[in-house]
This record gives sequence, structure tokens and C-alpha cells, in this order.
Amino acid sequence: MSKLINAFHNLRAKNKKAIIPYIMAGDGGIDCLNDRLLLLENMGATAIEIGIPFSDPVADGPTIQQASIRALNKKVTLKQILLELKKVKNLSVPIILMTYLNPVYAYGIDKFVMDIADAGVSGCIIPDLPIEEENIIAQQLEKKQIELIRLVTMTTPLERIKLISQKKSSFLYAVTIKGITGTRSELDETIVDFIEKVKSVTSKPVLAGFGISNTQQIMHLNSFCDGVIIGSKIIELFETNDLKTMESLFMTQ
Amino acid sequence: MKIHTLPDARGHFGIYGGRFIPETLMSAVIELEDEYNKAKMDGNFKKEIDRLLEEYVGRKTPLYLAANLTCYAGGARIYLKREDLNHTGAHKINNAIGQALLAKRMGKRKIVAETGAGQHGVATATVCALLNLECIIFMGTEDIKRQAQNVFRMELLGAKVVGVSSGSSTLKDAVNEALRYWVANVDDTHYLLGSVMGPHPFPTIVRDFQSVIGFETKEQFLKKENRLPNAIVACIGGGSNAIGMFYPFIDDTQVKLFGVEAAGQGIHTNYNAASLTKGKPGVLHGALMYLLQDENGQIQEAHSISAGLDYPGVGPEHSYLKDSKRVNYDSITDNEALEAFQILIKSEGIIPALESAHAIAYAIRLAAAMDKDESIVVCLSGRGDKDVDTVREKLKGASGNE
Repeated sequence: MSKLINAFHNLRAKNKKAIIPYIMAGDGGIDCLNDRLLLLENMGATAIEIGIPFSDPVADGPTIQQASIRALNKKVTLKQILLELKKVKNLSVPIILMTYLNPVYAYGIDKFVMDIADAGVSGCIIPDLPIEEENIIAQQLEKKQIELIRLVTMTTPLERIKLISQKKSSFLYAVTIKGITGTRSELDETIVDFIEKVKSVTSKPVLAGFGISNTQQIMHLNSFCDGVIIGSKIIELFETNDLKTMESLFMTQ
Repeated sequence: MKIHTLPDARGHFGIYGGRFIPETLMSAVIELEDEYNKAKMDGNFKKEIDRLLEEYVGRKTPLYLAANLTCYAGGARIYLKREDLNHTGAHKINNAIGQALLAKRMGKRKIVAETGAGQHGVATATVCALLNLECIIFMGTEDIKRQAQNVFRMELLGAKVVGVSSGSSTLKDAVNEALRYWVANVDDTHYLLGSVMGPHPFPTIVRDFQSVIGFETKEQFLKKENRLPNAIVACIGGGSNAIGMFYPFIDDTQVKLFGVEAAGQGIHTNYNAASLTKGKPGVLHGALMYLLQDENGQIQEAHSISAGLDYPGVGPEHSYLKDSKRVNYDSITDNEALEAFQILIKSEGIIPALESAHAIAYAIRLAAAMDKDESIVVCLSGRGDKDVDTVREKLKGASGNE
């Protein structure tokens, strides 16, 4: 059984909510990637999303844009990141790569799938790859039992949510903001209706992501979602080295 | 019979094109595609566009035999398709009018757009003033500096111009920011994309609205010479004036088509915008296309003296036409464009946009190598009033170095 499937089985058995932090690979230097992974595993991450730096991240707000620029300024490449991931020992938490398509396309789709399988990656999120275009990589990933995690958004019609949710994966990523990534002090009230809509067509775990920045929001979302994904806030907390606040986010599970 | 029938139903031109965008935007582009397909079948829609193009834009634009320039080049006759004589001074308004009317049909009263040289921004702001639509324009801060006059024009027209200082602060970054804005405001906002790029159906819609250039040219040329031209030349940034000019001629294989990219400081330097010549296929801004990128798939910054060509990608249909070899793509440097800019002014009394000066430079070279009884049509995509400050600075710099 894949690490990711296993992780969600365990959550269900213990009736717990998922929490998936996002970090930008190479932010702070490639050397600290594995330390951060181990740290987040110890804090209780269900899985860890690793962002691959890209020059033009159109789905991302300023925090992740800046993290991307910092990593690129340190000349971090996808190849380096995969080599680094291979080195990490004793990591049991599943790894999900979040990457725009172009770095993958330039790397070579087949080679990318082979190499991330070798590096022990469990899943991929490609924010500029809607289901209409996913044939470019979906079969190759499936063959290697790497999950393609798809997103549903507040603008996705019900029929389309249904179609997306029928694709194979351990969970569905529900984008809880009409907009780009980045912390928000307040979340949209219509999120509840949106998640209800998603849950009406799937029995899969539905995780909320985008804009989540504090424990109140996490607890609120967890009252009707199956867990949360936290990106920009985690990046900010690493940037300011505020591990205490980071730990408190994980206490909400 | 039509041979060139691309794109396919999913918006692909061969391997190029498609829809590589965040899920949040999918509904909007599907809605746009549906509405466009309906509008195409609606005689009133076409009538309204034709009326505005004629009475408001001033079409048809003339096809002008540039006798002095022909004499200067010393070969084939050079005709200029005078898109510079359009209202707002460039071809960009052909597309802006069509898309703004589509936006109204969809009940969207807010328009967001990117601009490089400012020509598309001015065209968009103009149409928004005409049709009473709210307008926000994203523009790189580097371009705001280069094109201060156009910024003020947009503001006078009631648009809000937002400076973008990420990346190279030019067109690519303005597109990023416009896309981010669209993701957050997609419910009531139409993204009025200015070139034949972006996710399907944009490359098709923009091509169709711009193909008025080529259809008019064909008719006008037939009237003048009772045959088709031997060659057609157009400059390429994203590629909208070129595809508009080429498209009606694609199946006329006896007509040679030439697309001219910006070689900036030179094709062998890192300072150019020649995506087809120097780039390789990749995904940016919603489409698979030729892109200037490094070996890790990071997009590189483009460089050109002309803000409108300063883009590291080129539309998916051009990418396809390069591979199929139907169009010849070549490039012209900053200096060559500057020279052609002055040649056209002195020989014909026409100030071309620096973008169009690239096509002029190439046409002069091409004409010289052709027979006197042959003909070339150049798409003079815009007028150069906006560029005179840039040119003055450049010429001052050049004479100072001597």
C-alpha cells in the first residue's frame, strides 16, 4: 500500500483530521530541505507538500512567489531536489510534489515520473494542469502508483466536481479562495456551502487549502472538512523561524 | 478547400496550445468558448463588429505601394498594409472591439488586460470607454517608463493602470499579474487578452478578430495586381498581427510567409526575444508553445528595444506553423530595426512602431533579393509616435559613443 493511502487509512481509523504543510524546496538552501521534512513529520504532518520553484507561478501570491525567487536565486533545480529527497532516511511521512508543468516538461515527462518514483514521492499536484490536459502525464504516474491530486474550486460546477472526484486519489484538494495562494485574515463564509457541495458528490476525504493562516481557521474548517493544507503561513513561519507558532497549528488535529 | 483547419476541438494546434490554467479559470474559458461559438453564428454580432470597424476604427485600412521604399531596396515592390492608420494607432483595436462585445454578451462589465508597449492597453481602454466597461490594465514598470505617454492616454480614457515590478517588469510579468487578478475576480471580469496566446479559445478568438487584416489585404491586392503577393512579412511578439495577416493566406502555398522576431542585441547574445529561433516548447500562460527558457524550464527574460515584442513566448499557432514549415521565421536586431525605422520615415514620411520596424527591416532585405516584378506585403502593425522618445535616447547614446 502506498504511503499516502496508508496515511489516510490511519487517519480514518483514528478519526483524525489531516494536516498537510507546504514548503518551497530550496527556500533557505537545498541543505535544509530534509531537516525541514523531518521537523514537519515530527510535528505530526499527515503528508508534506514540496513546492518546486518556478519563475512564473501564476496561481501563487506574494509569499510563495518570493520563496520561489529565493530558491531560484540559490540555483536550486528539480534534479537537485530529487537527489536530496533520495538521501533522506527514516522519513515515513508521504511526500507530494507541487509543481507547475513547465519544469516537468523541460525535465522530460517520462524521466520525471521515473525519478520521482525513485525518490519515493507519493503524489503530485500540478496547478496548471486541468483534467482536460492531464493525459500528458496521468497514465505514467498511475503506472508508478503516484497519485495525481486534483483541485476543485469555488467556480467549478457540480457536474465537473463530480467528474474530477471520480479520478483516482486519496483525497480531493478544495481551493477555499477565489484567488491565488496567500494568507487571509478572514475566509469566505460560503466555504461551508462549497464543501457541502463537494461532499455531496464524493465520499473521498476533502481537504481545504489556500488562505489558511491560523488555528481558529483550521478548527473552523475541520468542523466540516477532512483536513487542511497550509502553504504561505508555513513558509512565513520558517522565514521568521517561529517554530512555536508552527507547532501550535499542528495541535489542532 | 481549406487545408488548415486548426485548432482541434480541444484547442490544440498539433502538440501546441491547449488549456494549461488553474482550475478556478476553467469555467470562464469554457463559458467564453461557448459564447464565442454562439456569437459567430449570430449575424447581428458580426454586423455590430463590422459597423464599429468601419465607422469607429476607420477600416478598411489602405494597402499602400511604398514606391520610394521599393526604390531604396532595389527589388520587389513593397506594399504596406496600413494598420497604423487604425483608431488608436495599431492593429490591437481589431481584437479589443470583438472581445469587449463578447464580454458584454456574457454580462461581464469589468475588463482586465495586460499591455507591453501600451498599444493593447490603449485599445482596450478605448473600447471600454466606448462601451462603458470598467477597465484595469497591468503593465510592467519597465514598460511604464518606456511608454509614459501611453500610460497617460490609458488613464485619460478612464482605465486604472497597475504597475508590475516582479521578474523583468515587462510584458510576461504583466500577463502573470493579469492572470492572478482574473483568478480572483473571474465572476464579473473578462480577461481581454491582447495576443494569440493564452488558453484555448484565446488564440483562436484573437486570430479570428485579427484576420480582417489578411482578408482585406487579399482583396485589395487582387484588385491592384490581379494575383496574390509573392511574399508577406509581419513582426512577431506574441504574434497577433502576423497571424491576422497570414491566416487567410495559409492555404495559398504559393505565397511565402515570413514572421520576424526581435533579435534584440543579437541572436547569439542572451538579450533577445526570439522565442521561435532560440526557444523550445514549453508551457506558460495557459498554452504549450515555443518559449525562451533555461534547461530547468525556468522562463528567461526577453529583451527587445520594442516593448511589444518583449515577450519570451510566441502563440501556439505560430509554434505549429514553424514546425510545419509553412511560415519562415527569422529575426531582426534592435539596431537593424532602428535603421529601418529611420529609412521608412525618410523615404515615405511614415513613422512606424518599433515593432513594425522589424518587419520593414526584413522586407527591405527580402525585396533586394527578389525580382522587380515580384511583390511583398508588409504588415505595418502600428504607428511609432509612442517610440520617438526611445529612439531619441538610443540615437543620442549612439552618437555619444562615436
